Amino acid sequence: MQELPMDEILDIAFLLQTLRITIPYLLPSVGAVFSEKGGVINIALEGILLAGAFCTAVGTFYTGNVLLGIVCGVSAGVLIAYIHSIITITFKANQIVSGIALNIFALGITKFFCKILFNSSSNSARIEGLETLNLPFNPFLLLCIIILAISYITIYRTKFGLRLRAAGENPEAADSLGINVNRIRYAGVLISGALAGLGGAWLAFEQHSFTDGMSAGRGYIALAAMIIGKWNPLGAAAACLLFGFAESFTLQFQNSGIPTQFIQMLPYVLTIIVLAGFIGKANPPAADGIPFEKKD
Amino acid sequence: MISVITSLLIGAIFIAAIGQNPLEVYLQLFSQTLGNTYGIGQVLFKATPLILTGLSVAIAFKAGLFNIGAEGQLNIGAFASAWVGFTFVTMPWYILIPLSILAGFIGGALWASIAGVLKAKFGSHEVINTIMLNFIALALVSYLVNNIYPVPATIHTPEISPNAWLQRFDVLTGIFKGSPFNLSFLIALAACLLMYYLLWKTPLGYQINTLGLNKGAAEYSKMNVKKLIMLSMALAGGFAGLGGLNFVNGYKHYLELGFSENAGYIGIAVALIARNNPWGIIIAAIFFGILEYGGLTINTLVPKEIITILQAIVILIMISINHFIAQSRYKKFNAGTANG
Amino acid sequence: MDNYAVEMTGITKIFGEGFKANDNVNLRVKRGDIHALVGENGAGKSTLMNILYGMYRPDSGYIKINSAEKTFHSPSEAISGGIGMVHQHFMLVETLSVLENIILGDEPAGFAGIIDYNTCRKRIKELAFVFRIDIDLDAKVGSLPVGIQQKIEILKILYRNAEILILDEPTAVLTPRETEGLFKTLKELRSEGKTIILISHKMSEVLSISDRITVLRRGKVTGDLHTADTGKSELGRLIVGEEIADLSVKVKTPFEDTILEVKNVSIKNDRKFLAIEDISFLVQSGEILGIAGVEGNGQTELIEALSGIREIDSGTVLLNGKRLQQNDVIAHIPADRHKHGIVKEYPLYMNILLGRESESGFSTPYHLKQKELINYTDNLIKEFDIRPADHGQLMGGLSGGNQQKAVAARELTKDTDLIIASHPTRGLDIKAAKFVHEALLSERRKGKAVVLVSTDLSELLMLSDRIAVMYNGTITGMFKAVQTDENEIGMYMTGMMAKDSKK
Repeated sequence: MQELPMDEILDIAFLLQTLRITIPYLLPSVGAVFSEKGGVINIALEGILLAGAFCTAVGTFYTGNVLLGIVCGVSAGVLIAYIHSIITITFKANQIVSGIALNIFALGITKFFCKILFNSSSNSARIEGLETLNLPFNPFLLLCIIILAISYITIYRTKFGLRLRAAGENPEAADSLGINVNRIRYAGVLISGALAGLGGAWLAFEQHSFTDGMSAGRGYIALAAMIIGKWNPLGAAAACLLFGFAESFTLQFQNSGIPTQFIQMLPYVLTIIVLAGFIGKANPPAADGIPFEKKD
Repeated sequence: MISVITSLLIGAIFIAAIGQNPLEVYLQLFSQTLGNTYGIGQVLFKATPLILTGLSVAIAFKAGLFNIGAEGQLNIGAFASAWVGFTFVTMPWYILIPLSILAGFIGGALWASIAGVLKAKFGSHEVINTIMLNFIALALVSYLVNNIYPVPATIHTPEISPNAWLQRFDVLTGIFKGSPFNLSFLIALAACLLMYYLLWKTPLGYQINTLGLNKGAAEYSKMNVKKLIMLSMALAGGFAGLGGLNFVNGYKHYLELGFSENAGYIGIAVALIARNNPWGIIIAAIFFGILEYGGLTINTLVPKEIITILQAIVILIMISINHFIAQSRYKKFNAGTANG
Repeated sequence: MDNYAVEMTGITKIFGEGFKANDNVNLRVKRGDIHALVGENGAGKSTLMNILYGMYRPDSGYIKINSAEKTFHSPSEAISGGIGMVHQHFMLVETLSVLENIILGDEPAGFAGIIDYNTCRKRIKELAFVFRIDIDLDAKVGSLPVGIQQKIEILKILYRNAEILILDEPTAVLTPRETEGLFKTLKELRSEGKTIILISHKMSEVLSISDRITVLRRGKVTGDLHTADTGKSELGRLIVGEEIADLSVKVKTPFEDTILEVKNVSIKNDRKFLAIEDISFLVQSGEILGIAGVEGNGQTELIEALSGIREIDSGTVLLNGKRLQQNDVIAHIPADRHKHGIVKEYPLYMNILLGRESESGFSTPYHLKQKELINYTDNLIKEFDIRPADHGQLMGGLSGGNQQKAVAARELTKDTDLIIASHPTRGLDIKAAKFVHEALLSERRKGKAVVLVSTDLSELLMLSDRIAVMYNGTITGMFKAVQTDENEIGMYMTGMMAKDSKK
């Protein structure tokens, strides 16, 4: 075993790279916490990231304004989340299937319009990045920290958070106290859509364009991180950071002898181990994935 | 049916939006797929893995399990089939073909069994686990293809022995000229027959059905629930694992990364539309086959991704109307039995 | 102005096609009273209370609260109208703390919706002090015993300023000590001027705690009484109605072989605690052994162990002198038909196959003998008078009584000497219940051994040869049915008395 090159690991550039990789995991992962705490599994995060990235690219390209691009990306995320809510909460359809279908949908529609708008099946035209904002710091990084703090407080300290948790754990009980379970669940899913859309925006700015399938499984990794983080926004963020670090590490040390595929597997293998209860029991919200049927 | 028509209508809006005539596009789609034997051959070729992944999802569903993992099981099974094909090159066809088929089945079955065993022994949720296993499978197969059995400058395995080939029908019969439609379709049909017989005609199938409908009743009738869970998952994986034969043994004669084209996920839609009935699965798979091949035929008019969009919309509408059907039934049923 | 807290007048509620759950019901509850609403299962008590609570709308009739006419369209309206309800199944979120459960839906919040925990904690502490309810507000609800959970429910209502409290079968899940605690709390509430409506079907409880009683039978009011002026016999008559024809005469059967022998058996429940501790008993051929007890005292675990579903922790169970094997055939009529006894999506004949699919009469390992199964089902339909007489009828479409007949038909025709029946008549109408009773007695005459678990003491006394009383995982008493009565059994059920059962 080689000695680890500690000074290189602690290198500031390496840290920044880790954080940059972590951002598009962290945003949808924290979003997933909101959705699942309320009782709705949101596998559509993958598609939302993709649609968010695409709409950010399109918005930025046509307006030339980065902020308007972000607005487009987030709106796309909210829109897909809204479709997911209608189908799973109002129509009470299977949440997994809806999520998978929406992922396929996002894959198809982004490519479809990519061809129409940019006349290319693989990528959009080049867009301006965040550097046009001329900020002395990375605005997304700051945003992530703020979002994380607000999310934690919202879920564990506010009226909305308490009701959200009740709706995901025991919707009948929440309903019996006059709480509109479905409305709360809508809110949870929409927040997850906004955050994942924001994650998509980051992806587009990072690459200065949209490329086909650029979400590359990040939505699922975000889900995995949420499970490993035991449905807690801080835990999810920590798991994302771990994945970001692992990925950054392999990028930095290409010849470390660890095949990249094994690093790719890491989040998924960890999730399975955590779910099996080998590292403390991870209990999802009791009514997670179950539509709420109001008795008449 | 309603969902198919509605999604075609929504698709028409997309097509019209980019300035094409929807009617013309659809006409071309159907005439190119069903209007000649080549098109039909292509459709059946595309349908073959979908039948198997559809069965995979369906049999798990019958046992009350949701197998999202057909994609991974398909990839592992396909690799196993290919590995047998390019490793035992000297074997005669009458050994190599059955061996390659068996390898596909066992590969998929073992992979699915990870989720099955975890569910039975630790109660961990098969939905999340099978999703995770999909990604692990893809990474694993990518590792095997790129690092262990690399063919320079490609992303596929070495070619399999011709003795492991499942012949194309155009070679055998002369019809379906030029289409890659091959013998693995018969394997898919046999799998449907097997599933039908197993689930509706045997005591084991009765137990699987019972487990899926009422787990408590299965436990109280002393069925071995854990064994049934593991067995159903293994069967599901086995079916999905056979799905690789179509591409590997029947078409390209090697495994290429990305060959599965989401067949595992489309299998969920196939099972859903067919309501887990094996005969319905054949029809639903052919429907998706028409869309998949049809997309290629209209690519000059409309980007072929319109088909991906259509597939997704079919699924979304399908699951949404299911709710309304179930609800009206539930209401009828409950009207008679409600009491204070 | 009179001092009624609740007046419900002429309430009628019709479900489905003409089933009158409530038929012109009048209920008057005095302010500051504990008012009991009693009746059998399905008599319409819960429906009436759900109407009061805004869950159902009555088809006719009106409601006055404190002399003002009110219509509640939802529970939350009822809550703001000063009415609170403790449901039979608690409406608590197990992963949340006691405090969070109490304030849920009515949270004092400040800036950005952040909850003001200090204010509500103070308020709840005051309430708990006034009503002498002692609870750790920061404990997770899921970790607390049922008795405490119930008090949380009561606090939840009080927190919402309820003046009228409805409790639906509050003692069904409680141990006798917890019941005592609950009654103390109820009296405390009454002394603070709260009005309480108590739904129950337990006569002795009602007589001991309530001020007034309203009796419902089949949706109609059959009695409106002062508790002080009535007694068990009158109340019993009002609840049950006219006497039902006697069952076939019970005589000692000529059999004497021991079929089932339970020796020093202990059994763990799902949470790995001992649910049954060192119990022993025998059941002979041609005998019905009744098992009495408040629910949750180990009966479920005992039955599951005897029928081969649950493992025994220690001790031995012998069936016909041989150690009980997991795959021994035993007839078992489960307590919860829907959860364990039937598959409602299956047609009738496929329900007959349940648990019998490996019998050589119905299958080979590779094939089901459908024709034989259908013939067999047709015979059972005749023998057990299952209606409609159609083997293809979906099970979910049968009435509860016919579903239970089908379960009995399947189980009682199994090739075994041991029958375990758990609450076999729960929720059935009188005729269907009588049919099931007759079927059990007929098996007894054939020389089978029957273990009958029930919370219905009259059923046990009527059918059993001997009755074992279970309390807290042990058998506290064993009686000959002809030499005991409800009072005696009741005392043993509550653990107030126990005698050595190891004989």
